[in-house]
Amino acid sequence: MAEIELRHIDKHFGAVHVIRDVNLTVKDREFVVFLGPSGCGKTTTLRAIAGLEEIDSGDILLDGKPIQNLHASDRDIAFVFQNYALYPHFTVYENLAFPLRAVGMRNEEVDKVVRSVGTSPGITHLLKNRPSSLSGGDMQRVAIGRALVRRPKALLLDEPIGSLDAKLRETMRVELKRLHLENGSTSIYVTHDQVEAMSLADRIVVMNDGVLQQVGTPTDVYLYPANLFVAQFIGSPVMNVTPTVVREVSGEAQISLDSETFDLPRELLGMLQSKGAASELSLGVRPEGVIVSHEDQPGYRPVEAHIIQPFGGFDIVDLKVGNKTLRARTTSGFVEKAGDRVWARIDPAQAHFFDSKSGASLGIRLGN
Amino acid sequence: MARIRLDNISKTFGHHRALERIGIDVANGEFFVLLGPTGAGKTTTLRLIAGLEKPTEGQIYINETDVAEWGPAERDVALVLQQYSLYPRLTVRENLAFPLRSRIRNLSQADIEKRIDYASKTLRISHLLDRKTDRLSGGEMQRVSIGRAIVREPQVFLMDEPLSALDAKLRESLRSELKDLQIRLGATFIFVTHDQVEAMTMGDRIGILNHGRLVQVGTPQEVYSNPRDTFVASFVGSPAINLLPGAFSGGTAVVAPKVFELPVNGAAATAGEGTYTFGVRPEDVKVESGAPVEARIHDIENHGIEKILTLRAGDQLVRASVPARVDVAVEDTVRFGWNANKVIFFDRATGLNLAHKAA
Repeated sequence: MAEIELRHIDKHFGAVHVIRDVNLTVKDREFVVFLGPSGCGKTTTLRAIAGLEEIDSGDILLDGKPIQNLHASDRDIAFVFQNYALYPHFTVYENLAFPLRAVGMRNEEVDKVVRSVGTSPGITHLLKNRPSSLSGGDMQRVAIGRALVRRPKALLLDEPIGSLDAKLRETMRVELKRLHLENGSTSIYVTHDQVEAMSLADRIVVMNDGVLQQVGTPTDVYLYPANLFVAQFIGSPVMNVTPTVVREVSGEAQISLDSETFDLPRELLGMLQSKGAASELSLGVRPEGVIVSHEDQPGYRPVEAHIIQPFGGFDIVDLKVGNKTLRARTTSGFVEKAGDRVWARIDPAQAHFFDSKSGASLGIRLGN
Repeated sequence: MARIRLDNISKTFGHHRALERIGIDVANGEFFVLLGPTGAGKTTTLRLIAGLEKPTEGQIYINETDVAEWGPAERDVALVLQQYSLYPRLTVRENLAFPLRSRIRNLSQADIEKRIDYASKTLRISHLLDRKTDRLSGGEMQRVSIGRAIVREPQVFLMDEPLSALDAKLRESLRSELKDLQIRLGATFIFVTHDQVEAMTMGDRIGILNHGRLVQVGTPQEVYSNPRDTFVASFVGSPAINLLPGAFSGGTAVVAPKVFELPVNGAAATAGEGTYTFGVRPEDVKVESGAPVEARIHDIENHGIEKILTLRAGDQLVRASVPARVDVAVEDTVRFGWNANKVIFFDRATGLNLAHKAA
């Protein structure tokens, strides 16, 4: 049982307010990812939980007990760094054994724990090696193994696979998830990579400028972003966001996008009214919410294809709408070449509306 | 206007053979990407074209003229590096103007202003023009150094991992901006990267290098759907292709050690019986009830638009991409099959795609 609770956490570095009134509960056995750009306060928050940074005010609770005044080594929380932080002159075995010997564990017991912990991150065959002879992936496996030998209540990971190459990151993501499944320790993981966050997290905590922007499952933050920042930080390629005006045209809703208009269901008009929507609205739609056709059909507007980016399994096609670009996701080779005329519409179920000034989502969800 | 042709180029550094008989023909106005892991020889190739290194063997032609005796300046190429040194004491505007002030160019002040204006708008650095470059972020500095290449309007842009140091969002937007720029300029681009997404999304054609050898040259779709060998297959595409060891017998792929059997159709099905590595992309693995093979869900990655499932059949892991709405949990039992027309046969020993061997 290890639940971590943050209550009204504040922290300054000189004049910079790096953590602003952060409140969060990480449940027992949960895998939570702090996601945000560099400087957003995610690593500082993580280090504060570990006891590597002091906080100005607020409470950090582990299983209901305040720990903010405890020394890092007394918190029963393990920390994994991006740069591994292994002892270079020790073998892998000794690196894993070190935290156990430090608490006075007997040799036979140490041996048992090291060998059992080694199987899970797949490092048993490396026990006699020194860190310098290991690949980046193996070094991080050892670092994670070492974090786990003392069976900590919680595991904190600071961009642990950020320095590995793309293919290895894909493999390590799956390993990390399986490892979490098997040892079940409450985990908080920091990254600036939204793919990692989406792939790993039970819940994602999106941060910007020291403020929690949204806390939710990957599905929540992807489908129902709370504001423009989350909408554009999550998802690749980035969500299309453009200022829009909604008009009623012969009983139907019509939204403007530069000089072009698109039809949306009429219930949008009532929804905007009941939300007391500001006049300055932004429309957000992910590339897969822009539906492209080779034929002129009701509700579709003619557009010109510009740059086509093939990803192999699909294409991302830039469509010229007036002076704006609307980015669409299509099947591979659907649009043949730049300059081709195609037709497009916006899928109402994937249309998001934001207050342009505050950036807050209006929470409008249309049916198909 | 420039066509670049490398004919049988080799390069040796001491005892190290960095490039082995490379032949590339880049058309005028083409966006050509050199893709490969660290140490593959990409940067060496670029430096040979720029005239910063001399080939040990072979010829380089610009517009069919052998440029062996030409220095870097005469080649009229602009090189953009990952780490570019800007003049720190000068403003962005002065940095952009610097290459244009050369007397050989003989440009009017109005022309210079026009070029700076165009380059800074393209790269969204107009608001930075009067800032000193030592006050810029890494991303902003790289955009300025790309700007310095743009203002020169060279025959050829040579780019060595220019986006690698930038964050994901900026990389994404600069990808399409660079592609757009290349189309508008009609210039020849040779772009070096280790990032397959950059290669796929920007390149008209991709040349894939490994250990100093050119493994395959083709359009993004060609290298993705018909990779020459297992190296190209697994280097290109994310999530990575499934490479499954097995045997082909009676029109059926038997994935060893007898974990599952699935049918194969199309050209690949004419292969002789024997052992192979079967390649199948995650989007060609179909998870559906009634499919032939039973598996457990080993892992689920939610990518928003889709989920990447890792399936476990026996001790074999198989990745499948499924729509995001598919509702499954880890250790659930599911059934899967594959698109029998999309299975690629690789020679188990050499890794070569049989379709290429025949050709």
